Amino acid sequence: MSLQTNSNTRGASPGWSPDMPIISIRDVHKSFGALEVLKGVSLDVRKGEVICIIGPSGSGKSTLIRCINGLNDIQKGSITVAGQEVNDPKLDLLALRRKVGIVFQQYNLFPHKTALQNVMMAPVLVLKEPKKEVEERARALIAKVRLQGKEDAYPGELSGGQQQRVAIARSLAMRPDVMLFDEVTAALDPETVKEVLLAIKELAAEGMTCILVTHEMGFAREVADQVYFTDRGVIVEHGPPDQFFTKANDPRTRQFLSQIL
Amino acid sequence: MSGAFRIDARRFGEGSFCSRIHWRHGIWLGLAFCGSLAFAHAQSEPAQQSASAISTLVLWMPFILTGFALNLLMSFIAMAVATVLGIGLGLLQISRSRLLQMPAWFVTHLFRNSPWLVILFMVMFLVPFEIRLPGGDILMIPDWVKATFAFSLPVMANISEIVRGAINSIPKGQWESAESLAFTRGQTLRWIILPQCVRRALPPWMNWYALLALATPMASILGVREAVGNAQAAMEAAGARPEFLIPFYLFLLCLFFAYIYPIALWTRKLERKYVVAN
Repeated sequence: MSLQTNSNTRGASPGWSPDMPIISIRDVHKSFGALEVLKGVSLDVRKGEVICIIGPSGSGKSTLIRCINGLNDIQKGSITVAGQEVNDPKLDLLALRRKVGIVFQQYNLFPHKTALQNVMMAPVLVLKEPKKEVEERARALIAKVRLQGKEDAYPGELSGGQQQRVAIARSLAMRPDVMLFDEVTAALDPETVKEVLLAIKELAAEGMTCILVTHEMGFAREVADQVYFTDRGVIVEHGPPDQFFTKANDPRTRQFLSQIL
Repeated sequence: MSGAFRIDARRFGEGSFCSRIHWRHGIWLGLAFCGSLAFAHAQSEPAQQSASAISTLVLWMPFILTGFALNLLMSFIAMAVATVLGIGLGLLQISRSRLLQMPAWFVTHLFRNSPWLVILFMVMFLVPFEIRLPGGDILMIPDWVKATFAFSLPVMANISEIVRGAINSIPKGQWESAESLAFTRGQTLRWIILPQCVRRALPPWMNWYALLALATPMASILGVREAVGNAQAAMEAAGARPEFLIPFYLFLLCLFFAYIYPIALWTRKLERKYVVAN
């Protein structure tokens, strides 16, 4: 059973076809006041691809993926998701956010709702889907992230890793085409990191398009189709993981990898 | 967003009006009351066959308690009005439209920083005592209704700030995750932010109720027949004997204490629960 991918990408622009990159980022610039965080970033993601973005903190990784679902706006350049221009003032944000799910470092579950309610809320209240159908899907998603039996637990009663898996299920309940993961294991205890990574790995194996900002190099090496290295607001280099981790060209990449591996 | 006002749970826990009331205060009040009765007894001249303070008080008790019922009624209505208006005003304060935000901010701070007595007089003189309805009938507005409205204004302003503070104290991540799940701003407030605010806002809300209930005797200045006004009238009728003053007023204090103390206890319990939960 494939829970998260649609056979057709919803709300795709007329000019877009599935063999084109589902996400296309071109020369994106983003500043916070005087601080320029992204200085001309370009990258393409094809449907079903898994992309890992690594790099030192403050290099703009998180900002970049937050721009993809419009949580941050950009000053220059363009980002398209399935042909839809994110920076378009007439953008249908609802349509964009149905297509792009995001999971945050701090889980951000709704503390006053149970795990099941957290997963069900957006499809029922925003998409106005029938409650019964959503509940069935939500229970299946919770089982999928191996949290069966925790449906009625409140976030405060769950461990960090469990909360993060509920957050993943909550995003998947919207049936997105692309999932963004913003350092989702950075706030977790080491022993719970594994269970979260496993959930993501299974998702990737099912063909979900994933973009991950991560410090888990072993994980990036294992699941990524492409690894991007960012430093000071630019993409320094990228490549398939085998090549990237062993034969990095740029001295900055090599230095970073030597510090971290 | 101007000036980040945050609800500091610990500050509320230690500094709120309700958290400062102690049962010991009740004991002192009761002892003082009994003492004043004895004192009044010693003061009255035994030659005159005059009634004692206690028998006078008992005689007039139903009259005073009827007045106290009006205090309670005023406090209930004023709190209900203040809550509805205050929530509305608080939401306007966090509106993204400056056109809505600025007047709401102004109204909030005007009534928050005005003495209650000034507001009371203002309402008394600005609101007409009767309204001519379109049908030709005349609707009388009794003084106690005007006073109730006046009391609701400063409480409204404070609830407005409580609401604004509670909303601002919800972590930004809640807004972001709601936004990324395609909730609109209104939906986010309705389903995610406000439900979380209730718990945080409840103790300060109850605190303001206690303060409001204690402020209602101010209406006696304007001739509203509530507990304090009635007690004064009773003393007057009993011969305006000076030795009755202290027992009568201490009795009023005991009355209000008996009403407020359970509310304070409950508020304190909620405050502690809130601090622990965080």
